Order: sequence, then structure tokens, then C-alpha cells
Amino acid sequence: MSAWETVVGLEVHVELSTATKMWCGCPTTFGDAPNTNVCPVCSGQPGALPVPNARAVHDATLLGLALGGTIAPRCRFHRKNYFYPDLAKNYQISQYDVPLVSDGVLEVEVERDGELVLETVRIERLHMEEDTGKSLHLGATGRLHGADRSAIDYNRSGVPLLEIVSRPDVRDPETAQAYLRELQAIVRTLGVSDARMEEGSIRCDANVSVRRPGEPLGTRCEIKNLNSVRSLGRAIAHEAARQIAVLEDGGSIVMETRHWDEDAGVTRTLRRKETVTDYRYFPDPDLVEVTTSPRRVAEVRAELPELPAAARARLVAAGVPRAQAATVLGGGMLALLDAAVAAGAPAPAAANWLAGEVTGWLAAEGVALADAGLTGTHVAELVAMVEEGAVSATQAKQVLAGVLEDRGAAGPRAVAEARGLSQLRDEGELARVVAEVVAANPDAVAAVRDGNDRAIGALVGQVMRATGGSADPRRTNELLRAAIGS
Amino acid sequence: MSADPALTRLGAAALGAAVGAGEVTAREVLEAHLDAIAARDGVVADGDVWHARDAADLGPDDLHAFLVVTAARARDAADAVDRRRAAGEALGPLAGVPLALKDVLTMRGAPTTCGSRMLEGWVPPYDATVTERLAAAGIVVLGKTNMDEFAMGSSTENSAYGPTRNPWDPDRVPGGSSGGSAAAVAGGLAPLGVGTDTGGSIRQPAAFTGLVGGKPTYGAVSRYGLVAFASSLDQAGPFARDVTDAALLHAVMAGPDPRDATSDPTDPADVVAALGRGVEGLRVGVVEELEEAGCEPGVRAVFLAAVAALEAAGATVERVSLPHAGYGLPAYYLVAPAEASSNLARFDGVRYGRRVDAATAEAMNAATRGEGFGPEVRRRIMIGTHALSSGYVDAYYLQAARVRTLIARDFATAFDRVDVLISPTAPGVAFRIGAVADPLAMYRNDVATVPASLAGVPAVSVPIGTADDGAGSGPLPVGLQIMAPLRADDRCYRVARAVEAVVGFDPDPAAHGAGVRR
Repeated sequence: MSAWETVVGLEVHVELSTATKMWCGCPTTFGDAPNTNVCPVCSGQPGALPVPNARAVHDATLLGLALGGTIAPRCRFHRKNYFYPDLAKNYQISQYDVPLVSDGVLEVEVERDGELVLETVRIERLHMEEDTGKSLHLGATGRLHGADRSAIDYNRSGVPLLEIVSRPDVRDPETAQAYLRELQAIVRTLGVSDARMEEGSIRCDANVSVRRPGEPLGTRCEIKNLNSVRSLGRAIAHEAARQIAVLEDGGSIVMETRHWDEDAGVTRTLRRKETVTDYRYFPDPDLVEVTTSPRRVAEVRAELPELPAAARARLVAAGVPRAQAATVLGGGMLALLDAAVAAGAPAPAAANWLAGEVTGWLAAEGVALADAGLTGTHVAELVAMVEEGAVSATQAKQVLAGVLEDRGAAGPRAVAEARGLSQLRDEGELARVVAEVVAANPDAVAAVRDGNDRAIGALVGQVMRATGGSADPRRTNELLRAAIGS
Repeated sequence: MSADPALTRLGAAALGAAVGAGEVTAREVLEAHLDAIAARDGVVADGDVWHARDAADLGPDDLHAFLVVTAARARDAADAVDRRRAAGEALGPLAGVPLALKDVLTMRGAPTTCGSRMLEGWVPPYDATVTERLAAAGIVVLGKTNMDEFAMGSSTENSAYGPTRNPWDPDRVPGGSSGGSAAAVAGGLAPLGVGTDTGGSIRQPAAFTGLVGGKPTYGAVSRYGLVAFASSLDQAGPFARDVTDAALLHAVMAGPDPRDATSDPTDPADVVAALGRGVEGLRVGVVEELEEAGCEPGVRAVFLAAVAALEAAGATVERVSLPHAGYGLPAYYLVAPAEASSNLARFDGVRYGRRVDAATAEAMNAATRGEGFGPEVRRRIMIGTHALSSGYVDAYYLQAARVRTLIARDFATAFDRVDVLISPTAPGVAFRIGAVADPLAMYRNDVATVPASLAGVPAVSVPIGTADDGAGSGPLPVGLQIMAPLRADDRCYRVARAVEAVVGFDPDPAAHGAGVRR
């Protein structure tokens, strides 16, 4: 019997980072005290009316064009009716029969057997809608089950949301992950969303089914609660394996929504879909059609920046390793890299800093790039200092940390000076330290003489420690070997 | 404070002029009307905010037009107008004129119930655009008036707070759903009223109470702060005892509003400037389908007399067909409930108004809605939910939407031939409280008014005389409806003014020997 084929379609929700909400002037700030960013409109007060956020329509159009989609000349908003306490009006304003964008495409790079393969995922539609509030369950467990009472925070209610629905073109977890990463990179490049999964500003559901190759699509299950790119991949792999096991056992797949349990590494039934919710869609009579003329499409298209795929190709051509290019783009650091290059840094060296130390520091400190205060000039200066030998590699990392800690208030040279970080250039001083280390470590010196090349590393480390990291490791190595006579 | 009861018999323009000229203060005008309310309306006239008595405690002649009278706030507003005048500021034509506001429009800090138990205790945190515009014009809002629950009804009997009585006969309804505002103006409790009209809720009560009432072109008046019944149909509009007053109030209310996406962004028609132009040479079309729509003989006779008078005044009159108008009622009673089923979903006990506690959110929603909504509201929510349901939406909601398009096209075609269309406003005169128990019979009151609503065109009802219901009612008012093309609200008022001039109707029930129960 032939192998099974996994078929995945992805639904991605992107919260736009517009200053104000979709239908009112409330701020979209994340993390404010509950119910401080609310008004009659987004809290669903009787008589209040929605007015579309022109910026959100623009951003949706821009993303649609970036995805190669067709912009509908006329489209409207529908009401999706269902009762839920965090839905302030008990209907969500969304789009139904005619989405703003249809027929897009996303090409993603997937590593397969050590080689990068280009996969194409078609996008069925991109439509505009609004986010809901958030239920908070107050009680011992913090979950609905066992809660004493519930409270609702409407700060997020009415935040503009885009839903991007792919065709079932994805065949493996890696492609799904690459698709999500690429979407993240695109929305960040466009500046329409910060696309942070941990804050929920980008969310992904996966529709997973399995079949024998060539057969019609199998029954699908929708997987929810995917909180990272990693969990997306794990969940698809687990779900496909589960479905295959059921089918090979002679069972059948029930169409349902399943919840990904990150800790247990399994999906569990959330709700069966046999009782299909009837959303009673109808055109929202509070809103008029959204019209987009060909001229408007051309205007917005002219705003498109260089997209990640093109930027990636450009960086690779400039000598940046593929993995680093991906990290720079995924982290929204392309502009910073370009600024560093413009300020004189070679692209590979600048990319190395951004993809390595900078990314690591931001993640460890939980600081957003935009808040770090790092400029292209800073990066170029740091690269130049290492190049000149003004600081050692170890010191350079300390300098960078200093720049970031001060949120860019002082540049690398100023930080190095303030902290007394400079590479030891006094050959006499270095030679003296080397002689001391050689004298104090006869065993290691003997080992080096016996041809144990790794022992030299321990000696270099001793010299670095003795000089507070200010020695040039290469020069130290040379001096050590000369002193030992190996 | 001295209050001259004669002030309650003056129209809005006259009162505004007297205030502007310093012949009387806005406060004196207000006190005269507060006195009238205290005497006739069945409110507990005490304190800053006067509340209506419970239905069981109302006297047999209490009009029960107001649910709440915001007395202190009105006194502040009137005093502010008087201070502005004293300071030499130029005042608008309606500054210092009291007004009765339908309880479906929000006014910050004053309770808004929409005639429902569901919203008991809700105090809106914001002003409707209409409310803001009234305040900017120096109009003094007296309070909030009774209405059919969530504007669903044609008699004001569906109010959770008990029916409003018709000043022409306290045993009869004032029409609805804006019956409270109509009764207030007809009964001399206010010279001006604001109602809302979804399928006839201003025009039919205007006809039943001998008033001028207008439904503006859809989009002419902002709906921001109007608690929605059917969003694609709802429009707020004026009630007054003469056409000029109604036009002046329309002019205050209409205009673009960035807070309402369906608001017409262009400048509204100047309804006041058009008033004196007469009907000489104007082409008037009598809508065949609406003239023949089961009118009582008395209504029909008064209507034909008015048509003849229009002709005599120089208009050319012809009969015009709106072929799909007969489908207006069924289409309306699908579109409006469908929208209502969604609009009223927000009343769930979570955020405001009534809450009936239960173990789960779902059970709390259900208990709250079951208890908070009256029978007619529940009926329409169920009809509307069904009309939008998967498997039925095409046969009901979408079919009704298609009929609506055909009706709009009928109007457009008709307006190629004539300048305005006319019909009786309602098929009969005001009926007795409790006399129409069958919902479908009640819906038939709207037969002549829903076509204009579905097409979005402006329509004004103007009183043209009185008729007997054929069962000994004595004289009760009859209204004539004037419909004009989209945005031609000025034409409605111009023709209404001409009709008023030739008919010479006196809006005071006493002048007709009415105002008593028969």
C-alpha cells in the first residue's frame, strides 16, 4: 500500500498595528489596564455605529498586493452572528462573499535533505474583520472550568484583523512553518503588524487531513491553540500521525476542531462540527461598500517595499549566509542592515552581528527591536572597531550590550571609552602576560609540545582572563606558540 | 416662575421668534410646558428628573407621552439660552423651544429605555448626533418619550411601560412607534417632537394625531446614537403642529456626520427655503396601489378632497403605478426583523441593562432575553433569525432584498414622470387601545408607508382633515403622505406647505370638538 500524504491548509489571523481600532478612535495598545481603551462603539453600546478605519483598509490592500492577490474593486462587510460574551455586539463584522483580496500566492523556501526547495502555497483569500475582547476567568485555576466568575476586557475588541486563508497546498510541517515565517517576515517588512505569536498579533490555525496520493481530500480537523512556529510543526506532525493511525486501524476521521496541548504534545477534541454553527451572514447595514479603483491599487502598489524573497536573494548575493539572511528578515532587521551597509559595514559582518548577538540579546531581554535604539551607524561602528582591532571580539560583544542597555543613547565608541574597553595593543605587555602564563602552566605547555593542539586553547583563555578580555586572540596564539617553541 | 398656559398653544417658530425678540424668556416657555406635562401626562412632577407613573397608577386621561422628564437639565438649558440672549448673541430660529425626544435616541446621563424592560437602568455614556444638534440649536429637550418597544409597533401599545393615549381621544392609540412624541406635540406638552421612522413610525402617528411628521431621505439624518431597530431603514425626523415648524426642525437635524458611515456626506436639501414656492405646475402622482390599499371610506373621502384641492391650487395630478408596492409589506417584514435579530443580539445581560443571573453565560443570556424582551420583540427576533438562517436566507431575506431593489426602481421610474407621489398616510384613523390584537392586522397599518422606507426616499405626512371611523369615533385626523426623490426632502415640505395652505387644518383637537373619549 502506498504511503500517506498529509494535506494542510492554513488560516492566519494578523492583527494590524494601526494606531486606532477598526471602527472607532480607540488606541490599539497591547497590555494596558483592562477596559481602558474602550468607547461606545467597541464596547457595543446601544446606538453606537462603526466607521471603517481607512488606514486598516490601506494596510490590508498593501498586504494583499504583497501576496500577489487581486483587489476587489467593490467589497462589503458582513455580520457573522453568534453569541459570545467577549463579542461586544454578539456579531463580528467580517467579510463573506467578496473578500478584499483573492487569489494570492506565497513562495517559501523549505530545507529538505540539506537542500533548499521552493514551495508554492496559493492563497485563497484575505479579508478584513475585527478582533474580539478577552474573557478572564477569575478563580483558583484561571480557566473557565472551576472559575467563580468571569470578567471581560474589551481593549482588544475592534482591533483590525486580517484573515489569510491558504489553499490546501501544504504537504508537510516544514512547509507550514516556512509559510508562517514568511508571512511574518512580509507583514513586518510592510510594517502593517508586529506579528508576534506570543502576544497573539499573529495567530495560526491548521486544517489537517491525510489521504493516499492521488485520492480526494480526506476529512479534515482544525487544530487550534498553536502558539509558536514550532508548535505549528509539531501539531501537524502529531495530527497527521493520529489520523493515519485511526485510518489504518479501520476507523474514520470525524470533522472537528482539536486543541493542541503543547505540554502533552497531542491534539484533543475541542468541539465536534456535526452541529454546524449557522452564522446567519448578511451585509452589515451600518456600513457601505469599500471601493478600490484601479488608480488606488496602483498608488498602493507603488508603496510596496522590497519584499523578503527579493531581499533574501540580494543578501545572499552580497555574501550573507542564507540562515542569517532569514533571521535578519524574520526579525524585521533589513532596514537596520541596509543602514549599517550604507554607513560602511560589509553586509556579511553586519548581518553576523544582527542575526547573532543582537537577536540573542533582544530575545534574552525581551526587548523589541524598535525599542532597542540600535541604528545602522552603531552596527557599522562596531564592525569597524573589530576590524581596526580597537576592541577584541569579546569586548565588542560587551560594547554592543552596553549600547543596547542604554537603548542607543551612546554609540559603540562612546560605550567602549566609558567602560574602558580597548584591545591590548602593547606587544611588550602582552608578551609579559604570555611569559607568565607559560611559566605558570608547565603541564599544558608540555602537552602543546607533545602535539596536543587543543591545549593551546586553554593557554589562550588564561591570557584572555589575565588581560580582562582585551588581548587579541590571534596575536596571543602566535606569541604563545613562539614562547613555547612549538 | 410665572408660566402662561397660552405659550403651549404657540408653534415653534413663533416661540423661537418671541424668545429671540426678548418678548418671553426660554425659561418661561419651558415652565409653561412643564406645567402642562405635570397636569396632563401622569408623571411624578418632583425633583430634578420626573418619572412616569407605573402603568397601573396612571389616570384614565393621563397621556403618558413621557417616560422621563429631565426637568433640571431642561431648566439649565433654557437658562443658558436666556443668558446667551442677554449677552447679545444671535440665536437660531428654534433657540429656547422645548422638544420631546423619543426614548430611542441617547442623551448622555439621562436613562434610555427604548420602551423596554431590557434597558431598565441603562444610562448612555454619550449623546446621539441628533441630540447634539438639538442642543447646538438651543432647543430645550423636555425628556424622553414613550414608544413601542425597540420601535416595533404601530400603536405604542408595545411599550413595556404601558400605552400612550391619543390627545384626540384618550381611549385611542396615538399610532406608533413614535407615539409618545406625537402625543406630546398634539397634546400641547411640547411644540416639537423627534421620532424615528423605520416603516412609518413617524408618519403614521403624525396622521393619527393631526401633526406634520417627516421621514428624511435615508442618510440625511445621522443614526449615531439612535438605538437600531433596522439599520438600513431607521431615520430620525420631526413632529410639529405645522409644516414650517417641522421643516425648521428637519433643518436642525439633517447633515453629514463622520460617525455614521451611511450618512450622506453632501449638504442636505434646504427644506426651509423651499416652503413658499407653492405647487403651481408641479406634477403630482397619486399612487394607485396605495390609494386602493384597503382605506376606510372616511379616509378615502378626505384624501380625494385634498387631491382636488391640490389640483385647484395649480398642480397637475395623475395616477401613477408603483407595480411592486404591494410587495412592500412582506418585504419590509423580512428585512426589518432580519436586521433587528442581529441588532438586538447585543442585549445579552453582559455589559448593560437587565441581567437575570444563571449558572452559565449561555443560560444567563437566554434568561435575560426571555425576561427582558416583550412578545412583539421576541416575535420579530424569531422571524428575523429564521429569515437569515442557512437554507432559508435565499427564500426570505435575499428575496426581500431583491423586492426592495424593484421597489426602489419603481420609485425612480415614477419620478421620471412626476415630481412627487402622494397617498393616504394610513388606511384608517386612530383605533381604540386594545382593538387590534392580531399582529398581521397591526402590520397592515404600515402598508402605505413602507414603500418609501424600503426605497430610502423622503416622505412627509401632513394633516388634511378629519374623518369618522364609521363606528362613531367622531372626528379624528387624517394624513396625506408626500414622497419625493432621494435627497429632495425640500420638495416634500414645499408640497406639504401648499397642502396645509389649501386645507387649513387646525391641529388643536378642541377646535374639532375632539379631545374627549367617545
